[in-house]
Amino acid sequence: MDQLDQLVAQAGIDFSAAADGAALETAKARYLGKAGSLTELLKGLGKLDPEARKSAGAEINKAKAAIEALLNARRDALQQAALEAQLAAEALDVTLPGRGAGVGGLHPVVRTLERIEQIFRSIGFDVAEGPEIETDFYNFTALNTPANHPARSMHDTFYLENGEGVMLRTHTSPVQIRAMQAHVEAYKDRDTMPELRVIAPGRVYRVDSDATHSPMFHQVEGLWVGESVSFADLKGVVADFLRSFFESDDLQVRFRPSFFPFTEPSAEIDVAFMSGALKGRWLEIAGCGMVHPNVLRFGGIDPERYTGFAFGMGPDRLTMLRYGVNDLRLFFEGDLRFLGQFR
Amino acid sequence: MQFSELWLRSFVSPDLDSDALGHLLTMAGLEVEEQDGVAAVFSKVVVAQIVEAEKHPNADKLRVCKVDAGQGELLQIVCGAPNAAAGIRIPCALVGADLAGFGIKAAKLRGVESFGMLCSAKELGISEESSGLLILPEDAPVGTDLREYLALDDTLFTIKLTPNRADCLSLTGIAREVAALTGSPLSLPACDPVAATHSDIRAIVLDAPDACPRYSGRIIRGVDAKARTPEWMKQRLARSGVRSISALVDVTNYVMLELGQPLHAFDEAKLNGAIHVRFPAAGEQVLLLNGQTVTPAADTLLIADESRALALAGVMGGEDSGITLDTADLFLESAFFAPDAIAGRARAHGFSSDASYRFERGVDFALTTRAIERATRLILDICGGQPGPVVESVEPGKLPARAPIRLRAARVRRVLGIALSADAVAEMFVRLDLDVVRDGEDFIVTPPSYRFDLEIEEDLIEEIARLHGYDNIPVLAPRGPISMLPRPEARRDAMFVRRLVAGREFQEVINFAFVEEAWEKDFAGNTDPVRLANPIASQMSVMRSTLIGGLVANLATNRKRQTNRVRVFEIGRCFTRSPSGQPVDGFHQPIRLAALAGGLARPEQWGEAGRSVDFFDLKADLEALLFPRVAEFERAVHPALHPGRSAQIVLDGKCIGFIGELHPVWVQRYELGAAPVVFEIELEALLETVTPAYREVSRFPAVTRDLALVVDQDAAAAQLLKGLQSVAPAIVQRIELFDQYQGKGIEQNRKSLAFRVVMQETQRTLEDAEVDAVMTALTRHAEENLGAKLRA
Repeated sequence: MDQLDQLVAQAGIDFSAAADGAALETAKARYLGKAGSLTELLKGLGKLDPEARKSAGAEINKAKAAIEALLNARRDALQQAALEAQLAAEALDVTLPGRGAGVGGLHPVVRTLERIEQIFRSIGFDVAEGPEIETDFYNFTALNTPANHPARSMHDTFYLENGEGVMLRTHTSPVQIRAMQAHVEAYKDRDTMPELRVIAPGRVYRVDSDATHSPMFHQVEGLWVGESVSFADLKGVVADFLRSFFESDDLQVRFRPSFFPFTEPSAEIDVAFMSGALKGRWLEIAGCGMVHPNVLRFGGIDPERYTGFAFGMGPDRLTMLRYGVNDLRLFFEGDLRFLGQFR
Repeated sequence: MQFSELWLRSFVSPDLDSDALGHLLTMAGLEVEEQDGVAAVFSKVVVAQIVEAEKHPNADKLRVCKVDAGQGELLQIVCGAPNAAAGIRIPCALVGADLAGFGIKAAKLRGVESFGMLCSAKELGISEESSGLLILPEDAPVGTDLREYLALDDTLFTIKLTPNRADCLSLTGIAREVAALTGSPLSLPACDPVAATHSDIRAIVLDAPDACPRYSGRIIRGVDAKARTPEWMKQRLARSGVRSISALVDVTNYVMLELGQPLHAFDEAKLNGAIHVRFPAAGEQVLLLNGQTVTPAADTLLIADESRALALAGVMGGEDSGITLDTADLFLESAFFAPDAIAGRARAHGFSSDASYRFERGVDFALTTRAIERATRLILDICGGQPGPVVESVEPGKLPARAPIRLRAARVRRVLGIALSADAVAEMFVRLDLDVVRDGEDFIVTPPSYRFDLEIEEDLIEEIARLHGYDNIPVLAPRGPISMLPRPEARRDAMFVRRLVAGREFQEVINFAFVEEAWEKDFAGNTDPVRLANPIASQMSVMRSTLIGGLVANLATNRKRQTNRVRVFEIGRCFTRSPSGQPVDGFHQPIRLAALAGGLARPEQWGEAGRSVDFFDLKADLEALLFPRVAEFERAVHPALHPGRSAQIVLDGKCIGFIGELHPVWVQRYELGAAPVVFEIELEALLETVTPAYREVSRFPAVTRDLALVVDQDAAAAQLLKGLQSVAPAIVQRIELFDQYQGKGIEQNRKSLAFRVVMQETQRTLEDAEVDAVMTALTRHAEENLGAKLRA
């Protein structure tokens, strides 16, 4: 049956020659259509005797299956080619920028405040806030500041017109008193008061303006009051915080005696970096101390039963050190070219 | 407080170099701000005298000098200094000298040989500036090493003292501190009584003993006011930053620096009768020695005699009662003024003085007589004269009390977290020279007259901590009972909100809370803002009641810097007067969030045509921030905003802020180009959110039908939607506005609003009949009650 083999071979050649689906269907008709070669051969089977018909039929069906296989292979190939052509035509310039790729961001000092909050929250500090127009009592008196203290003068503190005994707060320390009073109030019915751990970030105001002073700036106050809180704990918390904040285990931290009316003993905290532009220089970074008994009393807390420490630091300065910003005023000018760098 | 290390070491000299001494002081709370050698490093510089100075043959500005430098023969030195002249004594760097790394060699200058160099103060690093050679005293011994002669191997310390350590405002005080810290022996200047040689006295009357409980005085007759101040004294004064004026004035300053007691010398001849320490009569004036005539307030203490006011007590002497170079007899004042009686008084007149600085912080009240004796000794040595007896007026009951303080060893451990033995504490008290009595585990300490900062147990604990060394207190890892911090799920914090806003492409800014008064009027319609009594500048004179002004200024500034697309936000307090304000009476201080968007709606890009940001862009931002809560927006007029494009934001029936396009008048006035869109909202409204609640998700298909309604052009879409929702039965899952149309096919002044109604049941598939019934009911309600017509 060389004739059948030839037919299959010829079908293969014809199918391959078909450049698209329509040409392939035409070629298919030549073999498998109503008047196709194979169809004709099958029709001719009737003339054969049963024995010959059976073997010839098997041979023809085998050839038909071979041709159909060739046809399907060619169909798949053409479909694949068409898909590839379509995909090629649909290709994009993937290097074009994404549409509307704008991003916003937090203010660098707020970024610092957020990190400070996260670090202190991780050891159980809550975050408190207080008013920025503050009373003389909370801003000075309850913080053990004497009546004639220079900080109270109009050279240092912003006062309000027609405002008796009110001012723009000069520090976040008044939040200490408010937090203590609220804590005492919340637990007044209990025998023991749980520990008070709180930080108070916020804006503060002083009559001062130059390259390193802004009339409005930020502070973060920290307060921990409990039955066994000592200066050694203060050192631990602050040193741990500073190393976490600057992500530097070898940051040098030192405490040296200082004076604030609201703490006793008091300390100034200096840090020194082991690398970078400021390497080896002691930089003043915060003030702290054990809460003065008078301040605890103003907060409603018995200083014989409880002790506490407090610290206050400048997040503006921390931000400057962290990112190498050299002019405090940049923080308050709203220049997007500057602010956008901290996204 | 600035002083010379050599002067300090004359009282106490621990075995520490200058750097170690500086570190010791800093770590004891006397922070060394600056520490510098008094001169540059140099060698082989000697005292010399110019014997001859001739013009240089080849140079107009040079001179050829013959110099006696004690070398046996005269040296020829070419010198360019304008003041080089025969006879003067000057420093001379010999051949082989090293001036801070610069070697001096024999050289030829314009053809003339020169063997050395004559020096200015600047060249020796003694001062920052100098004009010509440093002229030495006429009796300076020729040939002596200059470092030795001028005591230049000395260090200047500048200490930043905290206000509680007034006791260290003298060399004596610092020496006492160093001795306590190091245990080195202390030898303070002798203040032995000087016997009177006559009996003239001036009576002293303490009219205000609360303010001045002790006043000592002495008449010294026959002094030579023109006598020269000795070099050693001038040098010590200079190294404390005090200029030499005259011998008598110098002695008073010297004793103040040495002991801490401010003194004042009156010209005895100009006084009349007894000295009175009293408060002024109404309108009484004093002419001060700085030339200023002041009318002191009623609480400002005066020194007066029987005819007039002489001086501001503890602050400054008077112009016409002080000593001059012609003074022969003087009256020396050494008094104790109570800190409260001096504090702020100098500042009230716009100046400060060394005396007031010390008195307002606290001067040793037991020192007056000793200081007078010390000053008398020095005056007699330098100016001669005959001292009278010291007269002291004192009200002992009015002197500062020094109540005993009980210190408990257990309290020390508890406050500091260190275990110190009672003996160790006792030893520290000995070093501090405190008067102590042991009482079991306790100590009863009576503070000395020079310490104004020791009042309570904690003050003593600080002394112990200082002596023990803050560095030696352990660093303990934080420890304490752990309790969880409750954080309600339906509550977000401000940081979370900030991240949300930033996520919608806004950059956070921080603007000053004090603003220009005009901003308050323009952006808040506020004509009575909270005003500062002492603003730093007029454009920062009132407290803001809205954040909008700052954001508008940010837009203007950034446009000037070529950034035209500006999206900024701020979270901050706003301030208004309010009778019900809390927590500070009379003031309302809410925290608000405001945002501004100006320029293109999206960053310039290649894919879509750019368009300016508009009301609905910003409204979408705001709605996203509030999500899942849904606010209502009601047309409202706001002074900052375009009256037709502004709304108040209502949440749960309460107005929480406003949103809109900036008013065109402000757009023009603030040079903003195109109108930005802004909103301001109470932060609290964004912090309150809701805890999610589960509703069953239906497995049955939803049916969607559209409903187009024609309404008047100025009808509010939200009203219509709300009306439809109010009558929708439970199967209606949601109704959404998806199209607004005006134009062909719709009457003039009318608009078509198309709503999509989605219906679904959780238990079964909906039937057409019930869906149709809902749509019929909605349509009828819209037509009958909402002024709408079904669109044809």
